[in-house]
Amino acid sequence: MGNLDLRKQSTNLIVCALLLTLPFWIDHVGSYIQLGTQIVVMALAAMALNFLLGYTGVLSFGHAAYFGLGAYGTGMTIRYLLPSTGVGILVGTLVGALAAAVIGPMIVRLRGVYFAMVTIAFGQVFYFIAFRWNDVTGGDDGLTNWKRMPIDLGFTTVDIQHNATAFYYFVLVIFAVAVALMAFLLRSPFGRTLIAIRENERRARFMGVNVNFHIWMSWVISCTFMALAGSLSSLLNNFVDPRSLFWTQSGTFVIMCVMGGMRSFWGPLVGAAIFVALQDYLSSATPNWQSFVGLVFVIVVLFFPRGVMGIFRRKATE
Amino acid sequence: MTKDGFTSRLDRRTLLKAGAVIGAAQIASPFVRVARAADTIKIGVDNPLTGTYAALGKNEGIGMAMAVDEINAKGGILGRQVELSIEDSTSGDASTAVAKARKLIDRDQVSFILGNINSALAQAIANVANEKSVFHVVPGGHTDSVTGSNCHWNTFRVCNTTQTEANAVAGAVIKNAGKKWYYLTPDYAFGHTLQAGMEKAAAALGGTKVGGDLTPLGTTDFSSYLIKAQAANPDAIIFLQQGDDGVNVLKQAVQFGLDKKTHLAGAQLELEVLLGLPPEARVGTWVFEWYWNQPNVPGVKEFVAEVRKRSGGHVPTARTWFGYASIHTCALAAAQANSLDAVKMARAMQGFKLPPEIALMPDGAYYRAGQNQLIPDLYVGHPQATGKDDPEDLFVVDQVVNGADVSPTLEETMCKQDWPA
Amino acid sequence: MTQLILFNVMNGLIIGAFYALMAIGLSLIMSLSDVINFAHGGFLAVGAYLAYTMTPYIGFWGGLIVAPLLTAVLGLIVEKFLISRVYGRDPLYSLLLTFGLAFIFEDGTRYIWGAQSLPYQVPGWLMSPLSSSLFFLTGYRVFMIFLIVVVVGGLFFIMTRTRLGLRIRAGTLDLETVSVLGVNVRVLRNLNFGIGIYLAGLAGVLAAGQLGLQPTIGASLIMPSFVAIIIGGLGSLTGTLLGGLLIGVASGVTAVFLPSATEAVMYVMMAAVLLIRPQGLLGEEGRF
Repeated sequence: MGNLDLRKQSTNLIVCALLLTLPFWIDHVGSYIQLGTQIVVMALAAMALNFLLGYTGVLSFGHAAYFGLGAYGTGMTIRYLLPSTGVGILVGTLVGALAAAVIGPMIVRLRGVYFAMVTIAFGQVFYFIAFRWNDVTGGDDGLTNWKRMPIDLGFTTVDIQHNATAFYYFVLVIFAVAVALMAFLLRSPFGRTLIAIRENERRARFMGVNVNFHIWMSWVISCTFMALAGSLSSLLNNFVDPRSLFWTQSGTFVIMCVMGGMRSFWGPLVGAAIFVALQDYLSSATPNWQSFVGLVFVIVVLFFPRGVMGIFRRKATE
Repeated sequence: MTKDGFTSRLDRRTLLKAGAVIGAAQIASPFVRVARAADTIKIGVDNPLTGTYAALGKNEGIGMAMAVDEINAKGGILGRQVELSIEDSTSGDASTAVAKARKLIDRDQVSFILGNINSALAQAIANVANEKSVFHVVPGGHTDSVTGSNCHWNTFRVCNTTQTEANAVAGAVIKNAGKKWYYLTPDYAFGHTLQAGMEKAAAALGGTKVGGDLTPLGTTDFSSYLIKAQAANPDAIIFLQQGDDGVNVLKQAVQFGLDKKTHLAGAQLELEVLLGLPPEARVGTWVFEWYWNQPNVPGVKEFVAEVRKRSGGHVPTARTWFGYASIHTCALAAAQANSLDAVKMARAMQGFKLPPEIALMPDGAYYRAGQNQLIPDLYVGHPQATGKDDPEDLFVVDQVVNGADVSPTLEETMCKQDWPA
Repeated sequence: MTQLILFNVMNGLIIGAFYALMAIGLSLIMSLSDVINFAHGGFLAVGAYLAYTMTPYIGFWGGLIVAPLLTAVLGLIVEKFLISRVYGRDPLYSLLLTFGLAFIFEDGTRYIWGAQSLPYQVPGWLMSPLSSSLFFLTGYRVFMIFLIVVVVGGLFFIMTRTRLGLRIRAGTLDLETVSVLGVNVRVLRNLNFGIGIYLAGLAGVLAAGQLGLQPTIGASLIMPSFVAIIIGGLGSLTGTLLGGLLIGVASGVTAVFLPSATEAVMYVMMAAVLLIRPQGLLGEEGRF
């Protein structure tokens, strides 16, 4: 047991050290800081999804919708209401949370592939709203003519608008807070109940757990953090377009979780890093990158269903 | 194009080389990029390789590669060899296109950036290029704002504005079809401005709009829109869809026999669309932006022959020419300015006339000062079901229109360039 | 106006029948194997391209018969070597597997046949409208409906009158018992997958006759098929058929009044159905 704790601690330390020092080494491995920010954003998204997928055992294939809602909420707030990055993030996250809270009751009774299918279909509603409501969302052209704003802390201003490294650390701080919150929730009795539902729903039900309510809670929490990730992603690009809500985007979030390891807290982060870097590399290296991405899916499913962290863990226990 | 992507990179020598480069990078990483940048000049291409515009993107790519080879054979740009860095922008995902533009500019340190076919993506890339002050050429995204209300000093465009296309073709459509038009318009930047341009051009000639529908990019079944269009009883249905959407809508319209009940017409039409249509659906009145069968223009025959060698025997389309002219624009700008400084190059291209062996048009083509928009010839005509001497000779040019006569004035474009001090 | 609505209702039925053809295949696979086949649109494209490639040698009719069968064979192979390996595991894995396959199919068809739209031609006498006023009823579309009716009818016959069909239906309800009773579940699922893919291949050939032949030809059809299944009720083929027709008509009518909601309307219908009758219009209660 002590061994396990030690291993957990060292994993945490390695992750923190790598993320904190990223701007200093990312150029040297042939990459660039925006890709690092992208990885952190996607990692947050994947970890948010994993809250539901890995820890509650509920299969959502429609999370991109909430990612996109966060992105649009933020972009539209800054563009139309108030040129403030902080308010933008807040509104974007709340919009995602609210949508999830409303849709939740309609789907919590469903399970398995049916749940997946219905989440996809609901996600598509938001996609089409963003896609066709030109006057408000900019439609297919995306929401343009807005920018993330420098953060005014009172005593000093952090220029996340022009300084890419400052923006990276800004995203990292939010990531850290969000991840700490998720870790706290998972360690709480509420989190234990979620795992109990995942392991054996019927038993949890017999023990008096209100399963549907817990799944609804988990769904809303997961979607809220997803919206936060989407919000950060819109700030990264200074741009949002409807394809960030498209259902295929959900699939990439799921593969990130699986690729890294759904049963591990940091697994989705590892998966996001690998997937984002791989896709970035492949799409430059070959026009047939889609086939290779597809192949990655197939290989992960057939040969590494426990993901990278799963492999490590098995090695460690052996 | 597909073959020299991934597989050929994996031979042993490349692997060894890669190993050596990684080794070098670990020792002297900060200098690697500088050293490489001194070797070759990179031109970043941020254009669709997948999705509804994949075929167009592929043809532009052929023209680009050909221009690069020509430039390198003549000693490169400012004595340095030229290399393309190609990224797939996708056909409609502007976030990806923007991320790729940043990657090309920030990481690959390209001296020029090219893109995009999709108007919305072209505008998005233009904004990034402007932020970074990189010389940008739009090969084939037509929406007005790129060299209009949202123009930039560093963004040049080879293909026409939608308003110019509309002005070129409107008279012919009214003459051949009539004055009452129903529009089927793709629902994004390109379609919106093209329809606005057609309405304006038609109004000047007494034409009216009897209705219209916006169709999302990527629509496959257009039947319900076609039923609506026919119910409005127009003289002509104006199709503004491009790429695969254009193929789908025209094929269905002709199967419904609408070419016999009313006239089918539009503004821009491309050879790629005609090739994808069955013979009976090759109908209407349209404008081409470049055509390969120009027997009286010197240099075109040689250009066509060279492209055939690179494309498995296919003729160049307007897209091939766009790509070709875009790369040459970069090289000419550097040569004119004798520098890779974006501001100097952009200044040097104001009012610049393309050499005839690149323009490949009866009246030539020039970049209009203050707008950076190429003013070329346009080819108004009609498709033919089958080519007579060549199976790909599917368009008959009725009239060559000089772009200078149909382009909106500089004031009308609302372009205000904000040059750096 | 009445005429316009009437026309769009009829047109919607045609489109809906096409959705149903696609959705029934998906639904078969989903009910028996618990697999959402995201690659269904990819198989559809393969069917269309195979028909295009074969037409010069065996003609349109030959292609119409052979191409879907070859697609089904491809389906059997994919099921045997890839999809069957994730049965019994978390449904998540089958989703990801077919999702990845969808990428490979789209890119593969583009690699083999090129990105350029190809002109797939149907016999000339099918091309023109039957009457001048009902111009959207082309010979080809009427033929398409006829064929869909025949094939779906045949499928219902197989499902209700043959041993294979009875076993599939029984397996849908309780796979374990069927297995205990001595039915080879592996073969059953393999054949069932093949039937589903046959329908996709057929839909591909039919689609190519009226649309341009492009690698993405199947991509836009998968979502309406999902919605048709959800509305109709998973496990009920009649329900899926009904669901397809309903969303076809709804989209057609919406195109008249509120064109920008044409795509979204079926999702609204789906939400309504889920609220009132979560198992779908003809789905059995308690299944999900």
